[in-house]
Amino acid sequence: MIGHDEISGVFPRPRGQTGVGTRRILSSAFRHLLLIALLVVMLYPLIWMLSASFEPPTQIFINPGLLPMSWTLANYQKGWYPLQDLPFSRIFANSLIIAGLAVIGNVASCTMAAYAFARLQFRFRGILFAIMLGTIMLPYQVLIIPQYILYLNFQWLNTYFPLTVPRFLAVDSFFIFLMVQFIRGIPRELDEAAIMDGCGHRQVFLQIIAPLAVPAMATTAVFTFINSWNDFLGPLLYLTKPSMYTVSLGLNLFIDSSETSQWGPLFAMSILTLVPILLIFLPFQELLTEGIATTGIK
Amino acid sequence: MTADSRLVTAGRRRKGGFFGRDGGVAYIFLAPWLIGLVGITLGPLVASLILSFTHYDLFNNPTWFGLGNYHQLLVDPNFLQSLDLTFTYVIVTIPSILVLSLALAIVLDRGMRGLGLYRALFYLPSLLGGSVAIAVLWRQVFGANGMLNQILLLVNIHGPSWIGQPSTAMYTLVLLNVWQFGATMIIFLAGLRQIPKALYEAAEVDGATRLRRFWHVTVPMLTPVIFFNAVLGLIRGFQVFTSAYVVSGGSGGPAGSTLLYALYLYQQGFTDYNMGYAAVLAWVLLVLVAALTGLMFLSAKLWVFYGDQ
Repeated sequence: MIGHDEISGVFPRPRGQTGVGTRRILSSAFRHLLLIALLVVMLYPLIWMLSASFEPPTQIFINPGLLPMSWTLANYQKGWYPLQDLPFSRIFANSLIIAGLAVIGNVASCTMAAYAFARLQFRFRGILFAIMLGTIMLPYQVLIIPQYILYLNFQWLNTYFPLTVPRFLAVDSFFIFLMVQFIRGIPRELDEAAIMDGCGHRQVFLQIIAPLAVPAMATTAVFTFINSWNDFLGPLLYLTKPSMYTVSLGLNLFIDSSETSQWGPLFAMSILTLVPILLIFLPFQELLTEGIATTGIK
Repeated sequence: MTADSRLVTAGRRRKGGFFGRDGGVAYIFLAPWLIGLVGITLGPLVASLILSFTHYDLFNNPTWFGLGNYHQLLVDPNFLQSLDLTFTYVIVTIPSILVLSLALAIVLDRGMRGLGLYRALFYLPSLLGGSVAIAVLWRQVFGANGMLNQILLLVNIHGPSWIGQPSTAMYTLVLLNVWQFGATMIIFLAGLRQIPKALYEAAEVDGATRLRRFWHVTVPMLTPVIFFNAVLGLIRGFQVFTSAYVVSGGSGGPAGSTLLYALYLYQQGFTDYNMGYAAVLAWVLLVLVAALTGLMFLSAKLWVFYGDQ
C-alpha cells in the first residue's frame, strides 16, 4: 500500500527545530500529499461501493470509477427485500433492539462492578480482580460450545436473549477494566465527603461516581453498540429464523444466493448498514480516540 | 484514566466482617458480574474441557471418548493446515500493522494541520472493518471481475480472481486486517506524546542525526507500546472469523486456503456437530494463545524498555 522509500523520509525531528522556511513548507506539503495519497488508496473501495450502489448491477463489473455511469435507486428498492416477506426495516429493528439492550446491559453491569473494584474494600478483591483481568484474554471460542448448549436448553434460540442477557451480566470484562481505570481517576475526596455526610454507597454510586464517569460510560456504550451491530458469529449461531435476522445475517442472505445480479442490492444494503456506525462515531470521535489511546480497544 | 491514580486507593483499610469492610454492599455491586462469571464464563470454560473428552453431536447424549479427540488432532490434516495458515496470517499481519501504524503515527505526530481529521479518516477502516458489509466488499473487490481487476485492466493487466486462487486468497484476508491499522496508529500517537522532548534535545546536543534519534530515542521509548500492540494483535489474530467466513462463503476455500482456525472450529462444531472435537480445538487454541502470550511476556524482559529501570 505504501512504498518503503516513502516512509524513510519521515523520521521524527524534534519539535521546535527551525528549519529553512521554504524547506519546511515543502516538507509539510509533501507530508500532506503522502497522507492524502494513502487515504485515497485506503478509502477508494468504500467510496466505490457507495457509487456502485447507485448504478445498474451490470455496470458494477465494468466501472472502476467513483461516479456511476447512470444513476438508479433500483438496488435500494430491490435490496430492501432480501426475502419476500422480510423487509430490511425488520432486520434493522432486530439489530437496533439487540444493540440497544446490549448497550444498556453492558454499561450498567460494568459500571457497577467497576465501582466495587475501584472504591470498595472487600474480601477476595485481589483474586476476583485478577480473574476479571484473566477473562479479558480468554478466546471466545473456548466458551461458545457450552454456551450454545446452555442457550439451546433454555430454549433461547431465535430469541434476543442469547445476544442480550450476557451483557447484563458484564461478561465482556474488558469494559469493567476500562471503567475501573476511569473511576480510580476520580478524586476520592468527593465520595469520602459524601460518606461523611451520611450517604450510602448506593447514593455515592448513583449521584457522584456515575455522573462523573459519563465519558467512560459513553466510550463503553459506543463500542458495545458497534461490536453488537457488527457481530456475525453470535447471530449466525443463535438466530436461524429470518424474521429474527440482524444486519450481518441480512447481508449474508445475498451471498448465499450468489448470482451476479445480487451485487447491486447487496452493496446498497451494505451502505445502509454502515450508516448507523458512522452516525454513532461522529459525535463521539474525540472521546473514542481517547479511549483507544488509553486502553487499546478497537 | 491515568495509571498513577490507582495508588490513591491503597493504604486506607479498616477491618470489617468476613467479607471485608464493604463486603455486603460490594457483593451487591458485583452480583451481575459474578453470576455471569460463574454461569457463562467459568462454567462453560470447565464444561468445554469436559466435553473435549467426549463424543457429542448435540442430538444424542454425550459419550465418554477419553483421549480419542486428542488422538484425532494429531492425524487431522485440516487441523494442521488451519494452524499453519493462522500462524502465517498472524506473522504477516502483526509486523505489517506495526510498521505501517508507527510510520503514520510519526508523520502525524509533528504538529500537523488537520491532525484530527486525518486521525479520524485513518481510523475509519478500524471502525467499519469488522462488519459483514466490508467483508462482502472485499469479496467483490478481489473477485475475478472485481474492482481491483477492473483498475488493472486499465493498464492492460488481466488479474486473476484473488479470492479464487489458493495462493492469494489468504492474503486478501491479511490485507483486510492490515487495512484496519488505524486503531493501532492511535495508540502509537498517544505513546509518542509521552516521550519527553528533553530526550530529543539532549540527543541533538550530542549531535545525533535524525535517523539515530529515531533508533535510540523514539524506538526504545515506544517499546512498551509496541509490545502492547503486538500482544493485542496476537490475541485477536487467532480469533479472526467473520472475514474468513464471508470471503469464502463459509467454506474456508479455495482448497482450504482461508480456513483460519476460528472458522475450522466453527465448521467442526456447528456444521459437522463434532462438539467434542470442536472443544478440543478450542482448548488447544486457549493453551496456544496463552503460551505465546507468556513467551512474549518473557521476551519482553529482553527488549521492552520501561523508563525507570
